[in-house]
Amino acid sequence: MPDLGTYAVPVLSAYGATGVIIALLIWASWRRGRKVRQELHALEGRRKDA
Amino acid sequence: MSFWEYANPKRFMALSGASLPWLTALTALVLGVGLIWGFFFTPDDFRQGSTVKIIYIHVPSAFIAINAWLMMLVTSLVWLIRRHHVSVLAARAAAPIGLAMTAIGLITGAVWGQPMWGTWWEWDPRLTSFLILGLFYLGYIALWEAIDDADTAADLTSVLCIVGSVFAVLSRYAILFWNQGLHQGASLSLDKEENVHDVFAYPLWTCIIGFVLLFVTLVLLRTRTEIRARRVKALIARERMA
Repeated sequence: MPDLGTYAVPVLSAYGATGVIIALLIWASWRRGRKVRQELHALEGRRKDA
Repeated sequence: MSFWEYANPKRFMALSGASLPWLTALTALVLGVGLIWGFFFTPDDFRQGSTVKIIYIHVPSAFIAINAWLMMLVTSLVWLIRRHHVSVLAARAAAPIGLAMTAIGLITGAVWGQPMWGTWWEWDPRLTSFLILGLFYLGYIALWEAIDDADTAADLTSVLCIVGSVFAVLSRYAILFWNQGLHQGASLSLDKEENVHDVFAYPLWTCIIGFVLLFVTLVLLRTRTEIRARRVKALIARERMA
């Protein structure tokens, strides 16, 4: 860990906030992608059966 | 093969499906190297101290926030002119990423500004136009959600995108138009005099490339979802009619 001196709080909070926002964005994109894919598979399966 | 053939959803799904795993790995590698290099292996600035490390997230996120809107402008124009659904769905997919990058740019800028400028916020032309760009992202996303008919939503959001482009351009160039702002000039420039020192510039370029890769990866992933969601909507409508 580098010595951040008196600015440790701003530097770490900037990196922390960025990490949280990017993690949320990736998680939300992946989660919605999975949900829509499952929905589509279910609908196409129903169509084939009919 | 013509570029426009990728506007065919099937072709787009095939190409993006094949390239996504590679792009994800490359994004993780480049972004990881850039951030570790910038955070752990660069010196403090003689004036800014260790707060200079914020540059490795602030500059790339602001760069993506502005350029994501310009990408949305191009894809929206393609929709308005050629009516390719994939292009307008790519614009829709890019908006939440642009909004997230705007939020990162604003937060990291405020956190850096407090110790360096003595204030979290200033109604500086560049900061203000960047904030308005963030509000345009919110409006764009809300407009998509508010309209049921997909083609009407695509038309209206495309027009909103054209209007909002003024603020994307202002965010980038406000520093050249007005001199009363607090925000400094470009950190990276073709002009050597204006550029930050190489010891900061190399990891910064790596982070910018990493953020660009992250943007491309997420846009592809989210566009695939939008294409599937559109198909789900069409199938549900067909089932109801049957």
